[in-house]
Amino acid sequence: MNETKKNRLTWKIGGKAGEGIMATGIIFSQSCSRGGLHVYDINEYPSLIKGGHNTLQVRVEDREIFSQVRGVNILIALNKETIILHKDEIVDGGGIICDISDAIDRKELRENIRIYPIPFTDIIKEINAQAIMKNNVALGASIALVDYDFEVVVQVIKDTFKRKGASIIDENTKAAKAGYDFIKKNFKDDFEYRLEKIGEKSRMLLTGNDAICIGAIKTGCKFYSAYPMTPASSILHFMAAQERRFNIVVKHTEDEISAINMAIGAGFAGVRAMCGTSGGGFCLMTEGYGLAGMIEVPIVVILSMRPGPSTGMPTWSEQGDLKFAMSASQGDFPRPILVPGDNEECFYMTMEAFNLAEKYQTPVIVLSDKNLAESHKTTEKFDSGRISIDRGAYASPSELAASPDTTFFKRYRFTENGISPRTIPGTKKGIYSAASDEHDEEGNITELSDNRIKMMQKRARKMDALVREIKQPELKGPIDADVTVIFAGSTKGPVREAIFTLEKEGIKVNYLQITYLNPFPSEKVSNVIDSARKIVVAENNFTGQLCDIIREKTGKSIAHKILKYDGRPFYPEEIHAAIKEVVSHG
Amino acid sequence: MVKMTDLNTIDKPNWCPGCGDFGILVALKGAIIELNIEPENVAIISGIGCSGKVPHWVRTYGLHGIHGRALPVASATKLSNHELTVFAVGGDGDGYGIGMCHFIHAMRRNINMTYIVHNNMIYGLTTGQTSPTSEKGMRTKSTPSGVIEVPVNPIALAISSGATFVARSFAGDVKHLQKTIVDAVKHRGFSLVDVFQQCVSYNHINTYDWYKQRVYDLTTVGHDPADKMKAFARAQEWGDHIPIGVFYKVLTPTYEDELPQIKDVPLVKQAIDKIDVSGLMDDFV
Repeated sequence: MNETKKNRLTWKIGGKAGEGIMATGIIFSQSCSRGGLHVYDINEYPSLIKGGHNTLQVRVEDREIFSQVRGVNILIALNKETIILHKDEIVDGGGIICDISDAIDRKELRENIRIYPIPFTDIIKEINAQAIMKNNVALGASIALVDYDFEVVVQVIKDTFKRKGASIIDENTKAAKAGYDFIKKNFKDDFEYRLEKIGEKSRMLLTGNDAICIGAIKTGCKFYSAYPMTPASSILHFMAAQERRFNIVVKHTEDEISAINMAIGAGFAGVRAMCGTSGGGFCLMTEGYGLAGMIEVPIVVILSMRPGPSTGMPTWSEQGDLKFAMSASQGDFPRPILVPGDNEECFYMTMEAFNLAEKYQTPVIVLSDKNLAESHKTTEKFDSGRISIDRGAYASPSELAASPDTTFFKRYRFTENGISPRTIPGTKKGIYSAASDEHDEEGNITELSDNRIKMMQKRARKMDALVREIKQPELKGPIDADVTVIFAGSTKGPVREAIFTLEKEGIKVNYLQITYLNPFPSEKVSNVIDSARKIVVAENNFTGQLCDIIREKTGKSIAHKILKYDGRPFYPEEIHAAIKEVVSHG
Repeated sequence: MVKMTDLNTIDKPNWCPGCGDFGILVALKGAIIELNIEPENVAIISGIGCSGKVPHWVRTYGLHGIHGRALPVASATKLSNHELTVFAVGGDGDGYGIGMCHFIHAMRRNINMTYIVHNNMIYGLTTGQTSPTSEKGMRTKSTPSGVIEVPVNPIALAISSGATFVARSFAGDVKHLQKTIVDAVKHRGFSLVDVFQQCVSYNHINTYDWYKQRVYDLTTVGHDPADKMKAFARAQEWGDHIPIGVFYKVLTPTYEDELPQIKDVPLVKQAIDKIDVSGLMDDFV
């Protein structure tokens, strides 16, 4: 068969919320991943529980892939609406699996699109299963169509439902098998797109949120507080599910104000603490965020962006909180902001965030977005030994011994790098009171001019030290590129995919990924802009916030912006087209 | 033995002369001494307002946070190191106004800590506006024609919200207040000590004399704190005779009791350098 049609396809399932779209999709993704294939999936769903239109789109290849692409090879339509909404996404030779009663008139489809109508109701009745099992029948049918190893799917079903017991596993398996058999029996084996197992299970299939949680747990996060908010909720679910396995206290609080203040209480007590939310929740957290900055309590805040303003589009993706995060809360204080772009970075940068928070005694934000938070990607297991734990400066026994019994310990001592060795409650002779008011070295409130200047400078010096520590971003790709792309966060995936295609067309592109919004790598970005032939910035927001930040930090304007703000992440094709446009006309 | 000098600070309180806060400070320090808790094992967490300054004038660990948020901070400090004796301190505006949401939820949780509320029925530090406990009709800077709302009843609210130790005391009776705080700390669970306190600068109605003439001790009338319905009834008393003392007390499991992850070792003392996540990663393969 044609090699370009083997192990290279996009499988999409659509239907009403509550029909098991996500569950079925994850079983498909996991089945491919376990066969040694690479997977990237992306979900689209409205903010409601039952009904509405949901999809999960799974891209599978035999090489590492970084994002979704346009073009669907198999569409599983659990209702007619799915066919109508997505038929034009189907590529030539692709097919639709749907209920026999939903099958639309052939004339409404392009000629080279196949349709595989399945009598779901009859099959379900025959195997004596619940109506909801329709999704598994369809899943089995799609496995037959691409001629993939059904035994892998059986095993994934077994593992997925192991907690629900043998009868649930059996019902799911029977349904998938019935769909599989129906296709094998009733249709010619001539579907062009095929999947073939190329290896054994070894890679993880997980989301950015999963990676953040594993990183947090590995690095000793002992306290997690949050109020549910998409797309950060799955962090709360993950941490709560693991709290007894790893001895973590996880608190679903009454609101986000409580969540961040609890994290501060835990950080003050000396444990590694984290809270997580999205933009609206972070609005409520900002006062606490400033408190952590003022009293120099280490905490990590996961800010997972979704489209605003206000409730915005709760279940969709955007990168519109860049400037908000950079200036959240009143006054000036060190606000490190880390921006991971993929699962590996979610894991390692979360660990790094905890180290930075404790080392520099300040709140650290990990800025993510829905696209990164909820999309699954096959990922090599993390090297959990790569980043060692750094608890920062604690007061030494001799320092404590020298502290008089009549005063507070100099918890906010003026030091060269601004970092004052800390103590935690329970430490003899380390007693101090933290003040949200401006304070002196002992934490006593003071409004004296001289102290204010010294204390502001002390806190600011921590940022100077941090600037020296962090890794500058590297320009990746050919040095003599025609175009240089700058971006931050999950835009990394589609940019890499676009570059992959452009290279094949002879267009040389390199890229600079901003992984720290603060401290911003101004010098590096400035040099890259100066030496690049053409600069393009790609970002998921309306105003071009990253471009604004670049201009603020480097004084340089960006001529070519690729902006997208419809709630959907970039498709590589869009970046590809925009770069080609810049190359030919820009 | 812990002595008063161990708890004294160089900085001296800067409350207005005659403020009820002085009585609360003395009683709090007295309670710590009476209970003989080493100062390094005490954490006093406050919000904003005149009451918020307490942590600066007791030589124990302290955190003077932001307005209304003492309870979440204190709750997590306790959960992170339950070997500490944790006090949350606030005023009526801090705790029953801006922090009301946390107040109710903290009581539901029954974390073993003591919440002392300096209740003077006025906003002091912001120079005299109405508070959630100001009486209906009270004229203040923000209610020149009189308060329209009815006041919050913190005692009744606490009894119904799950607090397991609910008491009221009076800053003008330091002996009673100290005993109440000692009992509150000894109680295993969330303890509320609502403290009547005069604001000499901005509340000229609910003065020291006003309280002094009205308060009576619940022990003098044979009140049984185990009786929830009677506690409710006592909580409704207002006017010429206002009860102080322990309204309600019950022993139920604390929040910490329900957390096996801190049963053996407090969170802060758990090693974090050898956490193995390989099994966790395997779950995703």
